[in-house]
Amino acid sequence: MMIEILIAVALVGALVTFVAPNRIAGKLAFAISLVPAVLSLWMFTAFDGSGNALLDGTLAFESQYEWLQLGEYSISWFVGLDGISIPLVVLTTILVSLAIMSSWTPIDDRESQFYGLVLFIEANLIGVFSALDFFLWFIFWEAVLIPMYLLIGIWGGPRRKYAAIKFFVYTNVASLVMFGAFIALVFGLGDSVTSFALPEIATAMLNGGPDGFLGLEGTTLTSVVFVAMFLGFAVKVPVVPFHTWLPDAHVEAPTPASVLLAGVLLKMGTYALLRFNFTMFPGQVETYAVPIAAIAVISVIYGAMLALAQTDLKRIVAYSSVSSMGYVILGLIAYTQFGVGGATFQMVSHGFISGLMFMAVGVIYNATHTRLVTDMSGMADRMPVAVGILIAGAFGYMGLPLMSGFFGEFTIFFGAFGAEQLPYSQVFTSLAMFGIVIVAGYLLFALQRTVFGPYELETDYEVGRAPLHDVVPMFVLLGIIILLGVAPDLIFEMITDAVDPILNGGEL
Amino acid sequence: MAVFQLPEWMALAPALIMAATALALFVFDSISPRSTSRSLLAGTAAGGALVSLGVAVWFTVAGVGTPTIDGGRGEIEPIHGLVVDQLALYFMIIVAIVTALIAVASYDYLAGHTYQAEYYSLVMLAATGMSMMAAANSLVTIFIALELASLPSYALVAILKDNRGSVEAGLKYFLIGALSSAIFVYGISLVYGATGHLYLEDIAAVIEAGEADSYGGLLGLGILMLIGGFAYKTASVPFHFWAPEAYEGAPAPISAFLSSASKAAGFVIAFRVFTTAFPLEATRELIGVDWTLAFVILAIVTMTLGNFAAATQNNVKRMLAYSSIGHAGYALIGLAGLTADGGELVMGAAMMHLLVYGFMNTGAFLFVALAEHWGVGRTFEDYNGLSAQAPVACAALVVFMFSLAGVPPFAGFWSKYFLFTGAIGIGSTAMLVVAGALVVNSALSLYYYSRLVKAVLIEDPLPDRGVLDQPVGLYAAIIVAAVMTVALLAGFGPIADAATDAAAAALA
Repeated sequence: MMIEILIAVALVGALVTFVAPNRIAGKLAFAISLVPAVLSLWMFTAFDGSGNALLDGTLAFESQYEWLQLGEYSISWFVGLDGISIPLVVLTTILVSLAIMSSWTPIDDRESQFYGLVLFIEANLIGVFSALDFFLWFIFWEAVLIPMYLLIGIWGGPRRKYAAIKFFVYTNVASLVMFGAFIALVFGLGDSVTSFALPEIATAMLNGGPDGFLGLEGTTLTSVVFVAMFLGFAVKVPVVPFHTWLPDAHVEAPTPASVLLAGVLLKMGTYALLRFNFTMFPGQVETYAVPIAAIAVISVIYGAMLALAQTDLKRIVAYSSVSSMGYVILGLIAYTQFGVGGATFQMVSHGFISGLMFMAVGVIYNATHTRLVTDMSGMADRMPVAVGILIAGAFGYMGLPLMSGFFGEFTIFFGAFGAEQLPYSQVFTSLAMFGIVIVAGYLLFALQRTVFGPYELETDYEVGRAPLHDVVPMFVLLGIIILLGVAPDLIFEMITDAVDPILNGGEL
Repeated sequence: MAVFQLPEWMALAPALIMAATALALFVFDSISPRSTSRSLLAGTAAGGALVSLGVAVWFTVAGVGTPTIDGGRGEIEPIHGLVVDQLALYFMIIVAIVTALIAVASYDYLAGHTYQAEYYSLVMLAATGMSMMAAANSLVTIFIALELASLPSYALVAILKDNRGSVEAGLKYFLIGALSSAIFVYGISLVYGATGHLYLEDIAAVIEAGEADSYGGLLGLGILMLIGGFAYKTASVPFHFWAPEAYEGAPAPISAFLSSASKAAGFVIAFRVFTTAFPLEATRELIGVDWTLAFVILAIVTMTLGNFAAATQNNVKRMLAYSSIGHAGYALIGLAGLTADGGELVMGAAMMHLLVYGFMNTGAFLFVALAEHWGVGRTFEDYNGLSAQAPVACAALVVFMFSLAGVPPFAGFWSKYFLFTGAIGIGSTAMLVVAGALVVNSALSLYYYSRLVKAVLIEDPLPDRGVLDQPVGLYAAIIVAAVMTVALLAGFGPIADAATDAAAAALA
């Protein structure tokens, strides 16, 4: 029941906020969003699941009701959490609350609609991470797109229309490819499945896979579906070369939308990869290990190089997300406990860190009305607190020990270096490690130019200290990042518990 | 049947109530011809439609027409030529829903207009005809019901007597209607000539007994002409070209009425005639070709033409008119896939689509009615930025557009998905092509539907637009349609069951 309550609170809250007066919408939405945040934290402490949700694990907060029965297949409302999904649900609820608070300053137009959409996204994100029926999951997955399209399109920057439509087209086409592939797979499985429940499909996949469909042999079908789904999710992650929507969307999106986009929406892609490709297709993971690892390393290096070439702070952070998501893919394809577990940890960690970075850049932009590195210097002089947090976030990004980024990246490298299933794993890992150097390079370079030195600003704005409600969410995020860095076992233990069955092919 | 304790003629109550309401409105008009008491007139019409809806739902729930345990079909046939079964009740429900919605919406749309009583009584008469089309099972009653639905529709399209566009549209609609009626009657006479019967089950008996063997060509020609009649009523190729003209010129609520209810009524006679009168196997032996082939071609051509034409429109109402042709193409899949194996799933899916369409398409046209009421103009550009002034109505429009495109989380997603899987499930090459066309067209349709969303939500508002009021009736109808479009996503089970049961019973 708890998951339903979380989703219902966010949905009803979205409706209430949508019709509330603009004046109080921000505060109202924040108050409403605290309910799922607190409840999910309680669920986190009361979590009693074990194993993997798809592979005979014990689910926490499970509930299942028949929804539709058509032809041979039944579709149900089926939600539940395991060690992989609950950290992501907590990430979502916390980040939404903080994103709402961080929007109080920049959003000054049609507030009730804005906050209504944010809460609507929250409801669907919780759904994405907890749904265990393919259709339920897909509905939530798609339902995230429309409000995000509107957030970028209505409240975005000068090129918002282009960015919004690009985001929408890229991710929607990707969804269509993935959807078609998965449906073909389920039909190909024939009589061995009677529903769209993901655990049932995963079991059928591990017990022999499809017989064939539409003239394709079973093994061919499996490979085609694996590749199609990987491509579908790769756009969402995004990996090079499907990343071009991301910088546009990020730069044009209002700060809170960027926070959610980088913090949670990108994780939808890696989460789905883990749930579908890396759980249901162990054979194909092995077959395609080298190309996928190559894509991961290229994303890491190329994303970081692109970030190095930018002068817009937001673009820098956006491209660095491409780089960070590359680490996640590398961890996944390593297919070891530390690799996959570290990748999952990195999803959560990067969610908090990138959220923090976008907030910090947003706060600076609120005051200066520019994000260009070349337009400002010596910001530390005028906004010491905000800039201090920006620096802290940047160090988190670079993987400073005792911050969560360090643990995530370290475990990924550790898991990937000795990966047995991945040929040339040492080469791939070493190359990816080099990415860290570039990250440190561009972040330090950008900071040096904007933050330090004598105060100078090209735009005609009076720069003062950031208001309290801008700074508080950043402090909370920083606290979480350090907490996860100091005590990673808060979530890493439950993650590995859920990851192990995947690596053992469904056996515990 | 035992559940039904009322006199048999009462089974036709949904249609009779519509007729009684029409007559009551006539009486009212003759007593007080100059009256413009809008609430009384609209209230009576909406009330009549709602009672009709309630009765039809009650009959369905009570099990009228459900196949009985002893093998009977369970339908009630109060008069020779009119049968009340699940199929009839299902379409009576669609007609009653659309009628109620547009009666409520017309309350505002017709403000300050003469001929109000005539308007509502014509609407109710047309609705009576459509309900009878659902029940007709003899070619004579089908034709009478068809004309009873058509004649008031001609007058309704032209009811804005001072508006040239409306009168011109009425004339075009009438001329094409007269032509296609002539073709339809000619088709009836040919079928009668070949089989010696008008009653659908007798026609089937003659065909199956092989007694019409020497008249195969005659029968084939007759069937082709009957298809022409359906094509006209459902706005499908080759008799689709009246639709953009008539929908554009007609008052927007009437466009909604014609494109939703009238189309559904056209489909029910097609379903009934082809499932009852022309058994696939026997007819193929007689005329040498499957009649489903005609529908395969019509479905592909209709959906492709409708969607491509819709994508090029600048006028919102015309865009919706062409989209309505596209959706006729989707529903034709139900006829194209009428084989013995799996046919009930495809036909059921088409029926589900028509019901959902009754909400989402009616709602979309009612939004156009609202725009006409505001006087904002007709093109996409004229709609720019409406959401700043009317957020609730525009939120509803977003629901309609994405549901029409078949994107989750709206009910249009289910019906389109079931059409898709139904077509795939048939497995024949022709149906796979149809399924492919459905996917391509759906992707294309997202382009022009989202264009309207972009116009109202993302584009900047036009500068010199006056204050937009919030007419109660139109808003109520639009909000109800939007809420149902969303709610049916969750509550799709009963509809899916009712539709597939009705289709299975019709195919039995």
